[in-house]
Amino acid sequence: MPELPQIIRGFGVTFLSMFKKVTTEQYPEERDKYPPKPRFHGRHQLNRHPDGLEKCIGCELCAWACPADAIYVEGADNTEEERFSPGERYGRVYQINYLRCILCGLCIEACPTRALTMTNEYELADNSRASLIFTKEDLLAPLLAGMTEAPHDMAPGTTAQDYYEGTVTGHIHPEKTDD
Amino acid sequence: MTVTTQTVTVTVDGVTIEVPAGTLIIRVAEMLGTAIPRFCDHPLLEPVAACRMCLVEVEGQGKPVPSCAVTVADGMIIKTQHTSELAEKAQAGVMEFLLINHPLDCPVCDKGGECPLQNQAMTNGRGETRFDGVKRTFPKPINVSAQVLLDRERCVSCARCTRFADQIAGDPFIELLERGSKQQVGISEDQPFDSYFSGNTIQICPVGALTSAKYRFRSRPFDLVSTPTACEHCAAGCGLRTDIRRGTVMRRLAWDSPEVNEEWNCDKGRFAFPYIKENRLTTPLVRDEEGNLVPASWPEAIRVAAAGLQATGQATGVLTGGRLTNEDASAYGAFARGVLGTNDVDFRARSTSDEETAFLANHVAGKSLEVTYGDLETAQSVLLVNFEPEDESPIVFLRLRKAALSGKTKVFAIAPYMTAGLAKMKGTLIAASPSSEVKALLGAVENLSAQSIVLVGERAAQTPGLLSAVAELVATTGARLAWIPRRAGERGSLDAGLLPIGGRNTTDIINAVGQDISGLLIAGVGVEDVAANLIEAIESADFVVSLETRHSAVTERADVVLPVAAVTEKSGTFRNWEGRDRAFDTVAAVPGSISDAAVLEELAHEMGATLTVSDFWATATKPALVASGNDSVSPGAGQAILSSWRHLLDKGTLQEGEPFLAATSRVGVIRVSPATAATLNLIDGATATVTHEETAVSAPVIVTANMAEGVVWLPANTEGTALNLPSGTCVTVTSGGVA
Repeated sequence: MPELPQIIRGFGVTFLSMFKKVTTEQYPEERDKYPPKPRFHGRHQLNRHPDGLEKCIGCELCAWACPADAIYVEGADNTEEERFSPGERYGRVYQINYLRCILCGLCIEACPTRALTMTNEYELADNSRASLIFTKEDLLAPLLAGMTEAPHDMAPGTTAQDYYEGTVTGHIHPEKTDD
Repeated sequence: MTVTTQTVTVTVDGVTIEVPAGTLIIRVAEMLGTAIPRFCDHPLLEPVAACRMCLVEVEGQGKPVPSCAVTVADGMIIKTQHTSELAEKAQAGVMEFLLINHPLDCPVCDKGGECPLQNQAMTNGRGETRFDGVKRTFPKPINVSAQVLLDRERCVSCARCTRFADQIAGDPFIELLERGSKQQVGISEDQPFDSYFSGNTIQICPVGALTSAKYRFRSRPFDLVSTPTACEHCAAGCGLRTDIRRGTVMRRLAWDSPEVNEEWNCDKGRFAFPYIKENRLTTPLVRDEEGNLVPASWPEAIRVAAAGLQATGQATGVLTGGRLTNEDASAYGAFARGVLGTNDVDFRARSTSDEETAFLANHVAGKSLEVTYGDLETAQSVLLVNFEPEDESPIVFLRLRKAALSGKTKVFAIAPYMTAGLAKMKGTLIAASPSSEVKALLGAVENLSAQSIVLVGERAAQTPGLLSAVAELVATTGARLAWIPRRAGERGSLDAGLLPIGGRNTTDIINAVGQDISGLLIAGVGVEDVAANLIEAIESADFVVSLETRHSAVTERADVVLPVAAVTEKSGTFRNWEGRDRAFDTVAAVPGSISDAAVLEELAHEMGATLTVSDFWATATKPALVASGNDSVSPGAGQAILSSWRHLLDKGTLQEGEPFLAATSRVGVIRVSPATAATLNLIDGATATVTHEETAVSAPVIVTANMAEGVVWLPANTEGTALNLPSGTCVTVTSGGVA
């Protein structure tokens, strides 16, 4: 049997692929159609206790664990007047440099209070270096129902222990007074 | 003298070694490079065997023994945890017990990352706890003092802090209280732990139980860049370690320097560093036509300063203060004598006399290591002349206390009253008022021999005739002499020749401004340092150049201000009172920050000269030591003779910006003897007022037994009692507060 000309065989392959399932994902037009896997290592988030106090205690273990030296933390004292987290210590300065971060997740493993976790957000590109150093304001989790923006007091009659054991619920400071 | 030491032969983990009899097992193991875990053991403290972590097996003894407290015996066979199951099990058990009540709050603990307990729990501890009870907790933390904080639940009761306070500092305000699991470090209810050495307890705490308010939560060990440095606060010359984070000093630690500060330092050296960032001069300042001090470029400032100094030339007085490094001091010497051509140069920013100039030239300058810290420990007796070591050179105090407690050295002090520091050195007071010090010194001859040391403080210059009497005394007794100034740069400045040989001293220079001195070159001199009116002198001078690190009353009034590098921004050397050079490295380089020496070199260059440093004392003609005339003061009715010195922690400019440290300083009091109190109608505990001309200060009276008559003592430069007059001044004392 005589062989078909090479050129026809070649176009045949092209013709047949028109009937195959398309694997190309249209980004950014159809980004919501293809969400990342739930355990994808995306941008970090600093979590809050249910009443809005920060979970971060400024211990710097994340910074210590970071193989890329991308995290900078400064701790400070909680005071009677200004309380950001349960217990004595909170993270006054918290920065992650996404120009350095390799999203390996070692910081998440190191965090003793589950303050630092990773979201699925992967769109970490920008046109300036400064804007890619995320500060505490950028990283803090949004306020959910029942949460009040820190600083505020701990729930009445509770200790830091109660917060860590998860017995403190939200809706403790329904209206924060600014006086 | 040869020392024959008896040696014994012991075996550790199968290795036989010959060691001096009386060596502790743990030290023998160290000699062999075998690490035995420990918490309470500290080579400079008495053994106590409190933590039980260092248990080892000794063949023939049923139970494991604490290796930090048991000395070796001949033929002893020791097995550490490396070869003995018994020792290993014992240590593991102790570790488990220590961790039962330990909160394991390492993430919030300052010690995390450099904690012996954390390290040893990781190497020797169990991965999982077997304890499921409730841990002992305490409300946390409590203030042992304003600076030292105590987290009692972290404490492993090793007693290092209490032993330090008791054995080394002699301030046993902290003690172990309660028994069993309730055992805790506590303070006396009515006396806070206001020791000058409290910071050392933080450094030697093997857990995070003691932390400082200053360093609390500030950083982690891996954030810090450490540099070995020398302390700039006093003439003791402590070796320190300075830790910075991103260019800012976070903390300073006493560094191991056996020949000087051993492993200790004072709280001033440890905590008084924030001043470096306070109120700094950032650019050169030049006075414009309207008389305002305005920022200027370096070339312009140098040009204006050079032109002004060229004009005043030989009529320029050079006051350098006592805080210069050797390098900077040499540059000032070369600039004053070589470029300006003046001999009116003096490093002493305090009360001085020409008698002191001659004394320093003849008996101190150029003499290195003739008396050392080590010599203080072997001396038969030490006589302190107008020198209060605890306040004026705290490391000398620690050495003298160590020497006195060992029973070898007797301490005598010519002082107005029995100070707490002297009592801690088991010293004998030779009570003298400023007018009877010379007589008292001559009486002290019976306590001196050729094996004695006489330590003279800088305040001796305030008493006419005293320094000549000291020189005579050491010549007749054969005792050795050392002069201990207060500031770190004084000894180096003296050796560099910043002494007015052929010129005028600080007081005379200031008084001659407006007459035959028209210009001033001032470095690091505060107006409160000198009794003479420096402000008036600066204002009446034609031209004043100030080289300073920070804004001050001097820089405000100068014509040109040239900012210079602080100690952390340059390398250099301080010469301590022994004459020992203590070099330090740059801690955090700041671009554009240059040392005094570099600025002076620029000035010299602009003036068409070069700085040529030479050995001043090789060619200097030393003036003969002649006793100053003793214009005897006779206090009238209601008057007394003032005696005064600065406490270690005072209103000094290098202690600014550190409120926790300031809160541990001693409060101002007025001290009088019982008889003087009766004459002056003063009541113990009531307020009294000391008046001299226009100035008056009030403070509570403490009627002090064992005190010279006719003397009123109050601290200088202390909040509320800053009379700042030299000792020997006649003052009026009245009961009641300032009217």
